Amino acid sequence: MTDETLKTTVLNAAHRALGARMVGFGGYDMPVQYEGVLAEHRWTREHAGLFDVSHMGQCKITGADAIDQFQRFVPGDYHALKAGKQKYSLLLNEQGGIIDDLMAGKPDHDGLFVVVNAGNKDEDFAFWSERLSGDAKLTVLDDRALIAIQGPEAAEVMIAHEPVLAEFGFMDCARLMLFGVDCYVSRSGYTGEDGYEISVPAADAERVWNLLLEDARVKPIGLGARDSLRLEAGLPLHGDDIDPTTSPVEGALTFALSKSRKEAADFNGAERILKELADGPSRLRVGLSVKEGAPAREGAEIADVDGNVIGKVTSGGPSPTLGRNIAMGYVPPSHAALGTDLKVIVRGKAAAAEVIDMPFVAQRYYRKPKA
Amino acid sequence: MHFTKDHEWVRLEGDVATVGITAHAAHQLGDVVFVEVPEAGKTVGKGDSFAVVESVKAASDVYAPVSGEVIEGNATLATVPETVNADAEGEGWFAKIRVSDASAIDGLMDRAAYDAYLASL
Repeated sequence: MTDETLKTTVLNAAHRALGARMVGFGGYDMPVQYEGVLAEHRWTREHAGLFDVSHMGQCKITGADAIDQFQRFVPGDYHALKAGKQKYSLLLNEQGGIIDDLMAGKPDHDGLFVVVNAGNKDEDFAFWSERLSGDAKLTVLDDRALIAIQGPEAAEVMIAHEPVLAEFGFMDCARLMLFGVDCYVSRSGYTGEDGYEISVPAADAERVWNLLLEDARVKPIGLGARDSLRLEAGLPLHGDDIDPTTSPVEGALTFALSKSRKEAADFNGAERILKELADGPSRLRVGLSVKEGAPAREGAEIADVDGNVIGKVTSGGPSPTLGRNIAMGYVPPSHAALGTDLKVIVRGKAAAAEVIDMPFVAQRYYRKPKA
Repeated sequence: MHFTKDHEWVRLEGDVATVGITAHAAHQLGDVVFVEVPEAGKTVGKGDSFAVVESVKAASDVYAPVSGEVIEGNATLATVPETVNADAEGEGWFAKIRVSDASAIDGLMDRAAYDAYLASL
């Protein structure tokens, strides 16, 4: 893809002014790094990293039938979701494969606010446009930017701007005036750290971005570190770790299947998914510690100790926090137990690996103390 | 010192060429986290992939700028790969190659030509 065909976010000039190295990602010209992936990764784990995620898709699904219609294709219970909360879910095809993963919440009293992945957004929006019926209506919010602030100091930075954000726990969301404009904000993110994602009107994005960067605790972070942070957090990347052939059971995402929805079995692909829950899937996403040699990246084969190829790495690389190589990939359930010795094959060389628990680095989401 | 368009450098002393990647290449790669260098005794041909350098994000092949027999791979890079970022054109060398033909560096760029090439990119 040439630069001419890449779309830009409203923060493109701001990234260039900061000296970012730009790459094509999800059809957008995006910053992969500013000062360097390792430094940015570590800054986010220790302070607060600022991310432009405006390439992701934002929409609202509204109307009296909004939740009923939305739920036909996702396995989460959004009727039971309280106002002011959001929930991770999966957009499923009829075979129970994951078309996309998404965040949907109730920030106001106007249906669902949904954020989807950049590379899938046109497909997702077309999917809903074709299938939502009754009174449910899709509105694409393409006049908004999305900024994430992540890391142990993110809350202090944001609370200095808006004290009410201290009241938010993990996955709380709201529509409120922030920086003098109408924003959607949630206490969530994709790094394993505490933090917020803020949807701002596009016209105000650069002002908000620069305002947040005035705080010495905040630095801009590129997609390079975003990827190594999410890998450490054990979070799947759609298109690599999960895709339309992968079920939520195979993808180790059964937490996204609400009990009430499993009982009702009323969502796309429920038959396959319930069968896999009962009988076990044929493959399972696991975390790997790569104990020697080069990083095992996407596409590297996974073998048993005898050298028989049993699966593939879907993403992997060095963990800056742990100082060693980690990966995730698919193996048969017979080889998925924690502690199982395996091998990964990188450029023809087999290296020892072991199935370990995810997240690789402990998540530090902020959960409110129980009243 | 001589340079290739693939951003490798060669320093020829007698019939031994010390080779590595340029400071420009190291900067472009970003943080180097893993380097695989060839072992002594391996025969490489000009243009062959003879080493791999990995940044946090990606693995990149390194192509031999000259043909010959590897007499030493830089073992330091196995444990301190960031040497490539710190001193790409010095301590961050990849391998020493006994060249089969000393005219191998004919046709490679000198520093001025390489700098002009970088400026043209």
